[in-house]
Amino acid sequence: MDIWRSDRTGLLLVLGWLLSAGAWTAAAQNSCVDCHSVLDPPLKVSAEQHAVDIHTQKGLTCVSCHGGDPEAMDESSMSKAKGFRGKITRKDIPNLCGSCHSDTAYMRQHNPSLRTDQLSQYRTSIHGKRLAMGDTKVAVCVDCHGVHGIRAASDTLSSIHPLKIANTCSRCHADAAYMKQYKIPTDQFAGYSASVHHEAMTVRGDLSAPTCSSCHGNHGAAPPGISAVEAVCSTCHVVQAGLFDKSPHKKAFAESALPGCITCHSNHRVLRPNDSWVGRGDESTCVSCHVEGDKGFSVAMELRKRLAALELAITNSDATLKAAEQSGMEVSEVKLEQDQARDALTKARVTLHSVQLGLVDEDINAGMKVAAKTQVASTAALKERDFRRFGLGLSLIAILAMVIGLRLTITMIEKNGNR
Amino acid sequence: MKLIRSIYEWLDERLDLGELSAPLRHKTVPVHYHSVWYYLGGITLFLFGVQVVTGILLLLYYRPGVNEAFESVQYIVTRVQFGWLIRSIHSWAANLMVFTAFIHMFSVLFLRAYRRPREMTWVSGMLLLFLTMGFGFSGYLLPWNELAYFATQVGTDIVGQVPVIGHPLMVFLRGGEDVSGATLSRFFGFHVAVLPGITVALLAIHLFLIQRQGISVPPGMEAAANALAYLRKHDPAAAELWLQRAGFPEQRSMKFFPNFFLRELMAWYVALGVLGALAALFPWELGTKADPFAPAPAGIKPEWYFMFMFQTLKLIPAKVGPIDGELLGIGLFGVAGGIWLLLPFLNLQGKGRRSQLVMGLGIFALTYMIAMTIYGYLAK
Repeated sequence: MDIWRSDRTGLLLVLGWLLSAGAWTAAAQNSCVDCHSVLDPPLKVSAEQHAVDIHTQKGLTCVSCHGGDPEAMDESSMSKAKGFRGKITRKDIPNLCGSCHSDTAYMRQHNPSLRTDQLSQYRTSIHGKRLAMGDTKVAVCVDCHGVHGIRAASDTLSSIHPLKIANTCSRCHADAAYMKQYKIPTDQFAGYSASVHHEAMTVRGDLSAPTCSSCHGNHGAAPPGISAVEAVCSTCHVVQAGLFDKSPHKKAFAESALPGCITCHSNHRVLRPNDSWVGRGDESTCVSCHVEGDKGFSVAMELRKRLAALELAITNSDATLKAAEQSGMEVSEVKLEQDQARDALTKARVTLHSVQLGLVDEDINAGMKVAAKTQVASTAALKERDFRRFGLGLSLIAILAMVIGLRLTITMIEKNGNR
Repeated sequence: MKLIRSIYEWLDERLDLGELSAPLRHKTVPVHYHSVWYYLGGITLFLFGVQVVTGILLLLYYRPGVNEAFESVQYIVTRVQFGWLIRSIHSWAANLMVFTAFIHMFSVLFLRAYRRPREMTWVSGMLLLFLTMGFGFSGYLLPWNELAYFATQVGTDIVGQVPVIGHPLMVFLRGGEDVSGATLSRFFGFHVAVLPGITVALLAIHLFLIQRQGISVPPGMEAAANALAYLRKHDPAAAELWLQRAGFPEQRSMKFFPNFFLRELMAWYVALGVLGALAALFPWELGTKADPFAPAPAGIKPEWYFMFMFQTLKLIPAKVGPIDGELLGIGLFGVAGGIWLLLPFLNLQGKGRRSQLVMGLGIFALTYMIAMTIYGYLAK
């Protein structure tokens, strides 16, 4: 027993030593997190934040940004002698981040596909320029990317994931009190939230849909100038921009210093356009410049008339088609054809950016032709339905006559005693 | 009439038709309160005839194949003269045929016409009912539309759940592991060659048995008729007195030809009218072409006559004790189908409790099928 007890004690001692050595080694690897995870904000950095950070995952440590000696278990770990930089001031943040992110050779080791011009772009941005002038309220890297717990842009939890960018920008730009000194509007986020772009992004889940950085840039963020608006919109809306360039509006807008596309479509609040924007009426954008009697006004009225005519033709044809379909007629081929009429209407709505009646007429006429054809086909389907019903009526009369005839025959046979 | 008579006489002289038609001339059909159910078998036969005729007409244009089946049916209903009518009648008649076959089966059950000596008639009739459902299942896929494609996938999946033979049977039905062009070819083959061949043979047996054994009357009426015959033989006065006091009508009958036949013809005309009205007012929908790569649309449902089984399988939990729920459901339906098929041999006929048990089972089965079918359509 004694031997066993002494052996057991020895075993426990060895185990205790191993555990304490393990714990010490672990602490030696990251003493910063051990302390900062239990501190109160703003000094708190949780172990989870540290673990999910893209930099931690790439092998960087706290020392990479803050300096110091994490192996020292006392306050000497944060001594200047050991290179400790402490909290990085806001004005130094871009340069610190840029010290790695602008180093092509270094970045190639970790993420060769990542651009390395963020810092130079930042310096050209409104944010960068104001920071250089000493305004530390403007956005620096950590305001958008986070401080600790920075995630890759492709991570859906990242504050710079396409779905989150507008919210991230709005943290400052929708804060009227914070933005007061800059004298710029703070309704951009509200406008964007009501836009087709936001709908495409959040409802349809189209991550390629535009968000703030798509038009303003990310690191080089700046509002597009009047002359640049069309160029920005045309990165996606190529056809519309091409037609606009050929239109009389191009010259007229330039002369009046009107900022291209957004003159009619707005900038952030880009709503789904409809035909009532053309011509006259409360929603008309044309009447902001044109007045009754001028050439532009009459063109606008003609455009509206043509669009309305095609839409009416399609609606009428649709109604007949629906009636035929509800009667059980097979009209799937006609329905498919009808889509061409709708495509022509959509095309006409695009072509009207040229404000040239001749061009728009080509699309309108093509659509009218299809709508007329489908109207004829739908009407024929309804006539066929009526023909079937008439045929059914005649058949039922014939069948009824046969049934009555048979009944009379039976009565006659049985009357004659043949049972 | 003169011409018809001349043709008949010409044929009679050579084929002795009089002798051939003698059984028909002597055949009688009992007349009583439940005689109306006797027309159901005939109506089902008429609808089968409609299926054969319209099916042959559809064959002139239908092309089995993943790339052609849907388009050919679309061509039939949009371009071919009266193609829509033929296709619509074929689809409606198929459904009406299943419906009348079920009513015929239950009327035979409730009138206890399956009892001795008509066991074989019942078995052949039940097999014909199974074949009719097989026609429905195989024909449903032929237009190769979305609903049919996924319903076939679900239906054959269920077959695959049967222990031991399930998977090989599923592969045999599908012509592979998945529902594909091979399945369509197979179902087409079953639908237009295999099933019709077996059906015609069984139908011949079924009709021969009916012709040979005559038409059954309910047991109560049969017993009363036998008692009356016995009394008439031994004590005619007592028989007359019993007839008057009991108010029991003497068992009547009518000639099969022409009396019953003309009535049956009337029923066929009525069925034709209903069929025509349904086909013209509610043409059978074609739907959209099947896309095997598209996700299954929500709420896939089988044809209505499989709904009670489908809904039951949906309601059974995944595990019932140690047994797989779906397997248990399939097993129960297999056992129920077997019992139903062999009902006349289970010695349950006759009077008293055993007879009531069959009636109870019949009422339960009918109620269950109707309730589950309605539930299946109402359930999301």
